[in-house]
Formats: sequence, C-alpha cells, structure tokens
Amino acid sequence: MKIFLKNARVIDPSGTYDGMFDIHIVDGMIQEIGTPLGGNPVNYEINLRGKFVVPGLFDMHTHLREPGQEFKEDIASGIAAAANGGFTGIAAMPNTDPVVDSADVVKYVLDRARQSGLVSVHQIAAITEGRKGERLSEMKDLAEAGAVAFSDDGSAVTNSQMMRLALEYSSMLNKPLIQHCEDRDLTKSGSANESPATIKYGLKTQHRLAEELILIRDIKLLEAFGGKYHATHISTSQSVEVVSDAKRRGLPITCDVTPHHLFLDDNILSTYDSDYKVNPPLRTREDCKALIEALKNGTADAIASDHAPHALHEKEVEFDAAPFGMIGLETTVGAVMTKLYHEKILTILEIVKLLSVNPRKILGLPIPAFGLGARAELSIIDPNYEWTVEPDKFKSKSRNTGFKGWKFKGSAVGIINGEKFYFSDRLK
Amino acid sequence: MAQGIKNLLGLRDLTSDEIVEILDTARSFREVLERPIKKVPTLQGTTVVNLFFESSTRTRISFELAERRLSADVVNFAASGSSVSKGETLKDTARNIEAMKTDVVVIRHSSTGAAHFLTRFLKSPVINAGDGINEHPTQGLLDMFTMREKFGDLKDLHVCIVGDIVHSRVARSNIFGLTKLGAKVAVCGPKTLIPDYLEQFDVKVFYDIDEAIQWADVLNVLRIQLEREAGGDFPSIREYRLYWGINRLRLEKAKKSIVIMHPGPINRGVELDADVADGNTSLILDQVTNGVAVRMAVLYLTGVKTS
Repeated sequence: MKIFLKNARVIDPSGTYDGMFDIHIVDGMIQEIGTPLGGNPVNYEINLRGKFVVPGLFDMHTHLREPGQEFKEDIASGIAAAANGGFTGIAAMPNTDPVVDSADVVKYVLDRARQSGLVSVHQIAAITEGRKGERLSEMKDLAEAGAVAFSDDGSAVTNSQMMRLALEYSSMLNKPLIQHCEDRDLTKSGSANESPATIKYGLKTQHRLAEELILIRDIKLLEAFGGKYHATHISTSQSVEVVSDAKRRGLPITCDVTPHHLFLDDNILSTYDSDYKVNPPLRTREDCKALIEALKNGTADAIASDHAPHALHEKEVEFDAAPFGMIGLETTVGAVMTKLYHEKILTILEIVKLLSVNPRKILGLPIPAFGLGARAELSIIDPNYEWTVEPDKFKSKSRNTGFKGWKFKGSAVGIINGEKFYFSDRLK
Repeated sequence: MAQGIKNLLGLRDLTSDEIVEILDTARSFREVLERPIKKVPTLQGTTVVNLFFESSTRTRISFELAERRLSADVVNFAASGSSVSKGETLKDTARNIEAMKTDVVVIRHSSTGAAHFLTRFLKSPVINAGDGINEHPTQGLLDMFTMREKFGDLKDLHVCIVGDIVHSRVARSNIFGLTKLGAKVAVCGPKTLIPDYLEQFDVKVFYDIDEAIQWADVLNVLRIQLEREAGGDFPSIREYRLYWGINRLRLEKAKKSIVIMHPGPINRGVELDADVADGNTSLILDQVTNGVAVRMAVLYLTGVKTS
C-alpha cells in the first residue's frame, strides 16, 4: 500500500520538520519526506494544501464500555469514533463489566482492539479490585499484560491508606495512577456544581472542594510515598493552583482537562438537559478561564475527552436519574481548533503537545516521528473546515454530547496508523 | 381577555406582569368559589392529567378540584402501582398518556427539571406541581395571592421564609415571585439548611429567629422534613424546635402582629405550635382555599388555548 501526501503543513514537535512537505508512505512506513517529491505510482495521492499533518493524536481518557455495556459503545465503534475524531491512539478506562482488574480482561480488550488495529488502544487497569477501594488489584500482573496506567476512574480512591499502598506499589512498576478526584462524602447526590447559577436552577449540587480535597491529599501522599500521579479532568481554578504549586515543588504530577470543562459552564444547566450532566460537574465561567490559562502556562499537560457514551434511553430521563458523562472523541479536535487555535490562545504546535505528545509521555508510550523509516502514525487536521455538530452523524454508538448544534471551525479529516488509515469524507 | 401562557414551569422565568396576570385572573375564580354552584364551563371538553410521581394530598386534591370546577375531564395518575413500578420511563409514561388525546399535564416529580423535561416532547401545556428542590410555582402563587388579599400591594412587604430553605421548592418559588413583585424577602433557619449565593436574589439571611420575627410582617413557615434529622443536616428535632420553632412566646416579643403562613402539611409542635397555626393571625386555611382559585387561573391561562 502506497500513500502519497502532498503539500502537507507538517507540525513536528521534535523540531526536525517545520514547513510544507510531501510524504511517501509505503506499507505503513515513512519512505520519503521532502519537498517537492515526485509522484511514483501510488494507491492514494492526496493534496493536503492548507491542512496540518501532525503526530497521531492521543486521547488518554476514554470509555469503550466493552466488555459488558456494548449497548453504549463497543471497542469497534469506539475505534471508529476515535478515528473519525482524528485519534490514532486512545487509552480506555477500566470501569467496564467486568472491571478491568485482571490480566485476562486486559488481554481481551487488547486482542479485540488489535482485530481492527485502525486505532491503537491502550488499557488502563483498576487500582483496586472491582474499583471498590478495598484491596489493590494485581498491578504487576496487569502491567505485564499491557496496562499502561491504573485508575478507579468514576470512583476515586478515597481511603488514604489504600491510596498510599497504591502509590508505593505502582512506583515499582513506574506506571502512573490516574485519579478521578472526588470526595464522595461531600458530593453525596449532587449532580451539579454548587454555584450561584445552579442554586438559581434548583439543582442538587456538590461543592468544588470534593475535587480539591482529594487532589490536595493525594499530593501529600505522593510527596511522602512516591509514585507517579496524574489527576484527570481537573475542573476548578483551585485545582489548577494546587497542581501548579506541586509542579513547582518538583513532584511527579501531571493533569489533563476536558473540552467540556474548558468550554461549557454551569449556566447551561438552565435547560435541565442531562447531556450536560457530567462528573466532575460543569463549573463556572471563571473556572473555564482558569483551565484555559492552565493550558497556556503548562500547568495542564494534556487535553482528554473523557468520552463517556450513554445510550439515548439512559440520558433521555429526568436530570437526577441520568448517568454522568458526555462523549467527546468526535468533537475534541473541532472544539479545540475553534476555541483555542482560531481564537489565538494556543498555536497548533502547543495543541499537538497537549493532544499527542504529552498524553503519550504520561503513559510512557513512544511519540510518533516523521523521520525516514519511521512508522507512519499521523493525523490530518483541516483548520478551516466549518461544520455543525450533528450527533446523528457520529460513528460512536452514543449521542450524548454537550456540543450538539455548535458550529466549529477546524476538524480532523483523517489518520494514518501504520498500515491502517482512515480518510473522512471531510477530506477535500 | 387573558393572553395565556404556554406552560407554568416556575416563577423564575415569569415576568412580574405575567405573575400579576395570573393573580388577577385568580381573583375572579376566587369569587366563583363563593357561589352556591362552584363550577364554570371554561374547560369543558378539555382533559387534564395529574401525573403525581410523589405523594401529595393537598396539592393533588387542590388541582383536581380546580380542574373539576372548570368542568375539565380529569385523569389521575399515581406512580405507585403504575407502569412506573414496572420500569417505564417518565418520557414513555407521559407520551403514552398524551397519545390518548389528553390536553393538559400537571406533574409533580422528585427530580428537578422534570416538568421542563416533559415540555421537550409533549405538545400539551405542562404545569409544574413541584419538581425536586427547584420550584412549586402554584404554591408560590397562592402564597402571594393570600398576601395580596391581606395586605393589598406586596411592595416592601417583609416576608421571612423559615426552615429548610436548601431543600425547599416552596421557598424558591416564593423568593422568585415575591421579589419580582417588590416584596422584601428573608430566610431564616440553621446555616446547614440555607444555601449559599442567596444574595443574587436580594434575599436577607437570618440565623436567629427572634431577629427574623422583629424584621418580618409575614412568616412563611416551612415543614421540617423529619428525615432531615436522620440525614444529619441539623442535630435534632428537639434543638430545631427550641431555636427555630414558632411559638406564641416568640411572637409576643414582636411589637406588631405577624401573619403566619405554612404550605402544609404542618408538623405541629415542631416548626409551628398548634395555637399559632390556628391563631387569629394565621392565614393557613386561606392559603388552601386560595390554592384552588390560583390553580383554576393557571389551568385557564394554559388550557384555554388548547380547548
């Protein structure tokens, strides 16, 4: 299979290639990169004038729902959604049924994912058995089976002794613990951020300290007991400050933020539409601003979608009864390009670090390169493609996005992942 | 005649003119209730469904009487023993009933936003009879109607809502409605039962009931839900009664007479002593009577377009 990409604006974070290039890809490897290159006979010749070619994007927080909840999403549909959203790699959270807390389940997911191979799927395993917070999972065995990190996502490890053990044990494996920071005693049944807006709308609320207290405690534990720690989907201005301070003190801490916490705030809950019900909840406009600032100054290391598919029948219910979460694989690039790139908050190079380089660094994965002979793993972004978010057109099985109806400028239009590739019909 | 309103979801989103329109319309229905035959043909041929997913005595009977006195056909639905106990969703329940060609839906539900949710797929007007901790707009309206009856204008009237504010849809509808008509609103109760951010509604907060009584013309006393004690939101019923319970001794310390209201059902001897509840400054039964008139007005203004 020979693919010839012409006139691509290559964004190479390693700094080797900066400018317009032609790229010959043969059987999944970069055979030639230069300008201009001749057109040997190829299977696909694509003119990418005006488009960015970047190292394959990576989403470090997704829910594929398989095994056990295939009516929401499965590995195949999750991969299709990821490819359509411009990702060549994703990391899946372990809150499936059964929970990914044994080597067998890790192998099952990775085997199933390899059958498609279009997107590289990595598995995050549970910190504790059944995500119950009571006993450590068999972390070493899980790591041997391929787990790249550990998380009880959706259910924070709130017991301090358990968290200490998890940090110490995982430090032998050099794998990060990914914490969904939430003190459940504080959140109780609250399904919205406690703020002037949600008090106005009469929603059951949870206080931001539920996130911040666990984060602050975890940093103390990290300092005392070692390990690698990643706070996922941080959502408050105070969380940003706390992480920033810990980084200044040289602790091995990283964090990610989601597009919905960056660009949606709790004023939108006036509609009581459960598509906006996420955990942590949408915060205030000031928090959104603080998260964007965190991207600019490097406090936030990555953007992750927290792609959380739920079936229509689960979300089409009264607000209190709906499950938390929204999908994001197919809207992340559009949202980021529209709100961060075109509004000149971040450069495309900075975006590539947040969406490709850093998530892989956090998980200890190799960064795709453009050099001769390198395995081709790249994403194509059309920065000027204008589109409206229509959930019915998603490849995901689910439709629960808070960005429905948004007009985006910028879209992923294709990926190449070794010998596998996907070109969207948006690629013109 | 009246313009009509599409739905009644809450007082938060109504203008003061719309609130006044409902209250003025209710006044003419209040007169109907004094007639020997308390029935008008206004909603003849209109079918109203009362969807009650939470138990209710007063509100449900009040709505039903209001509907019948407007000559509407009435269908009552209670969640227990229904398809809901078989796992049917709210959406399905409501759409199935509407498919039987009903015209107006009244809903009470334990989730905030349940009434708003129905408007996304029902053609019928939806009247909120209480959604979670959000709003109970007809209660707010009947409270305001009763205060208007007593005081005339609500402007600068001092109304203090006493009790569990954070979980109270009655408190919220009172706050939204009363402030729109120019009343001064305060709340009083233990700090754990009062939400933050009330300053955005221009609401004063008292933690000391005696100070609240000095300030108030009206005390709207809320029911203390006994399960809150078990939930630990305040130490004990005993302590609540001692420090926030409304009794004659407390009221006598005020230099003026204070009007007492309560949305019911009362925990006599907890938030309100029996002699005060039945005393000569109590408007509690007027509230109940006026509730029927206010609900007739709301049904008329929403249902009239469909009939």
